Amino acid sequence: MKEQLQKDFDNSIKNLSLSQKDIEIKKFCLDNFIDKGFPNRKEEDWKFSDLNQIIKNNIGELSFYNDQTSTNKVDTSVFVDGLEHNKIVFINGRIEKIDFEYEKKDQIEIIDQSETINEFKNSNSLSDLNNAFTNKCFKILVKKGYQLIKPLIIYNTTNSKIWSKNINLRLNFELDEDSSLRLIDLFNDTSEKNFLNIFYNFELKENAVLKNYKVDKFENKNIKYSFNNIDQGKNSISETFILSSGSNFSKNEINCNLNGVYASAFVNGIFSLNNHKHHEIRSIINHLTENTKSYQLIKSVLDESSKAVYQGKIFVNSDAQKTDGYQLSKAILLNKESEFNAKPELEIYADDVKCSHGSASGSLNEDSIFYLMSRGLSYQQSRELLINGFLLDVVEKITDSEIKNLIKNMIGIKE
Amino acid sequence: MDNRQKEINNLKDYKYGFSTDIENIQAPKGLNEDVIKFISNIKKEPAWMLEFRLKAFERFQVLKEPDWQKPKFPKIDYQDLYYYSAPKSMKDKPKSLDELDPKLLETYKKLGIPLQEQARLNGIAVDAVFDSVSVATTFKDELTKQGIIFCPISEAIQNHPELVKKYLGSVIPTSDHFFATLNSAVFTDGSFVYIPEGVRCPMELSTYFRINASNTGQFERTLIIADKGSYVSYLEGCTAPMRDENQLHAANVELIALDDAEIKYSTVQNWYPGDKDGKGGIYNFVTKRGLCKGKNSKISWTQVETGSAITWKYPSCILKGDNSVGEFYSIAITNNHQKADTGTKMIHLGKNTKSKIISKGISAGSSDMTYRGLVDISSKAKNSTNYTQCDSLLMGNKCGAHTVPYIKNKNSESNIAHEATTSKISEEQLHYCQQRGLNPEEAVGLIVNGFCKEVLQQLPMEFAVEAQKLVGISLEGSVG
Repeated sequence: MKEQLQKDFDNSIKNLSLSQKDIEIKKFCLDNFIDKGFPNRKEEDWKFSDLNQIIKNNIGELSFYNDQTSTNKVDTSVFVDGLEHNKIVFINGRIEKIDFEYEKKDQIEIIDQSETINEFKNSNSLSDLNNAFTNKCFKILVKKGYQLIKPLIIYNTTNSKIWSKNINLRLNFELDEDSSLRLIDLFNDTSEKNFLNIFYNFELKENAVLKNYKVDKFENKNIKYSFNNIDQGKNSISETFILSSGSNFSKNEINCNLNGVYASAFVNGIFSLNNHKHHEIRSIINHLTENTKSYQLIKSVLDESSKAVYQGKIFVNSDAQKTDGYQLSKAILLNKESEFNAKPELEIYADDVKCSHGSASGSLNEDSIFYLMSRGLSYQQSRELLINGFLLDVVEKITDSEIKNLIKNMIGIKE
Repeated sequence: MDNRQKEINNLKDYKYGFSTDIENIQAPKGLNEDVIKFISNIKKEPAWMLEFRLKAFERFQVLKEPDWQKPKFPKIDYQDLYYYSAPKSMKDKPKSLDELDPKLLETYKKLGIPLQEQARLNGIAVDAVFDSVSVATTFKDELTKQGIIFCPISEAIQNHPELVKKYLGSVIPTSDHFFATLNSAVFTDGSFVYIPEGVRCPMELSTYFRINASNTGQFERTLIIADKGSYVSYLEGCTAPMRDENQLHAANVELIALDDAEIKYSTVQNWYPGDKDGKGGIYNFVTKRGLCKGKNSKISWTQVETGSAITWKYPSCILKGDNSVGEFYSIAITNNHQKADTGTKMIHLGKNTKSKIISKGISAGSSDMTYRGLVDISSKAKNSTNYTQCDSLLMGNKCGAHTVPYIKNKNSESNIAHEATTSKISEEQLHYCQQRGLNPEEAVGLIVNGFCKEVLQQLPMEFAVEAQKLVGISLEGSVG
């Protein structure tokens, strides 16, 4: 793999106009990655999902060079109907379109940051890979006091014209004071067996509101890793919803730093898996100052030899008195071969806090099925009704009604 | 201040902190094959036992000390320890308690461990382990009548080799982790219990561990076998003198329950925790593992952990037999600079297996406490259930409380439920108690005892009282 990395790296550097210093940094990241390789199960955070092994078994040898000089045709049929929205379109890892047609132009700034590499704290070798190979990186700045009128949808599309086996994406967002953004990540893959490595960085200033909905719904054979870093200022709110369903393997990491007082973070997620899929959500909520709040709810329905992993950590610094942290994960195992692993973790250094977590996993309740069947439903209907209700609980946590309905329609959940 | 006054002051903090001036026989310092042969030789062990030790030692040399635990400690120099230390008077084993060195008897009297006649009233059979050797076992005759074997493990190796050979290392093999393997290589003594088929052990069995000599590691090994349909309740207590350096205690405990058998294992651990600035204290790195080998068997661990500078242990149950039950009740208290990383592992292999974990952690002062646990339901363990509850209580903002559970469910017909909370003693509760005339310290003691009650109830009567007092003492000075 080393030769391949080196060769592809040299190719991609050639097409970029970078200063010597930036090339040095990228080289350094590449060397780091070559040194560490893909994360494997010996690393605590990857205990339940050995990415190295998964890539080996599903893709084999990776290639990393993407020729991004020519444009791809934007397929408008993938766009969401019935909801007016702003768009960012990625096709095979290349940004094809950034379109804020519904917004005031002077309130949003798009800054090309391709030349600056910012390190993520609390990261792994995949961030090195990302640093080495991302060739375009934009920062979207929402200016003070501006609240986007329409949601922003990021379309992440891959198709058969893809160059290599690995795509690295990066986007930075800054939400200035009193601003707000609703963001939907939509994945649409027709390519087969690629490794997508996505890093987002959010910076929320005082009173900013971020609502991020990550929807991986469509069946595909890709392997995805997505890392969200969220830094929150005073009084800010972040809401993250994850629908984890389509890809063959997917790991979503949310790292949330509550730096300002009264900041709050919400992470809600659904795993709906079948057919040998293996998905993971790992969340780290760092309560770093007083009076911060976090709430997490993860529910899984696992069928046909699928496997879901939830690793959630609540960290409370010794300054972070009056913290309120809550975390709950529940799983229904429908199939004998399916598996649910959880590691809900608390690390607490302050005494005046209220932190709790719960985790439960098991089969569908036979008594509930019996109850429904005795009222005339078939076995299949009762099962569906129970699962529907089980998942609806999480979808109802979405605070934006427009998007809630959109997501409900997407996964076919009835009220 | 004269020495006597000093001693008295010390005793106020940790009343077991005295050391006994007794002549010792020690193995040469360091760890090598010769030392292992020395230990084996002095214990007049058969060849297979020496082979067992050497095999473990061979493996030990390639192992690395683990470093994933939360409490970090300075590197231990394993060559700077004595691996065998025994009171000189024990060289030719005394035939009865009357022949025991009076100094030893006095030590145990000071500790409140009655070895002599007057203690019969208590009705607990005691095996006392002093540094590396077992010094006395009481109530032997009465137990022998029922066919129960309760003796030092070194005696069992001589007298019951067939049992020891069959079961020793069957739950904790010589190829296990670093500290367990070290123990397999150099263990010196410990207790051996065999309860024959269908016998219900008429009294509590108890071992009392005491580290006396300095610079020694204590490596004892306990093996308990409950044959079909039998029952035994076993208690373990421990203390050590106050010394400035850290001492290592790496014991192995193996429990085996055959069909329909039940073992109840209780520990009140009160090793010297170090002084207020975190100097000295015992490193308590113990491997405890129980195997529910037969159908309908049950193993229950209860522990009250108040001592030690660092406690690092996970009493585990392997639920192999169908319908077997594993239980774990724990109170862990850390104060001053103590650190604990403790919890349990429940490995469900058989059908209809059940496990229950109740863990209460209290941290005060500048201490740090971690609950780390594993619940693993394998794909064959149909219809199994687990319930876990771990609560932590924090006192003061310099301490930490952490919960790290690993939950693995591979069977769709099994259920796992896990709950954890962390909080502090509420102002309302304190206010309520103080209003009724308790001083703040008493109020905290009362609330903490209530918090721990679920676990304290599991202890045998005699221990429960001691444990309850210990809970109070451990938290002294942490209020206000």
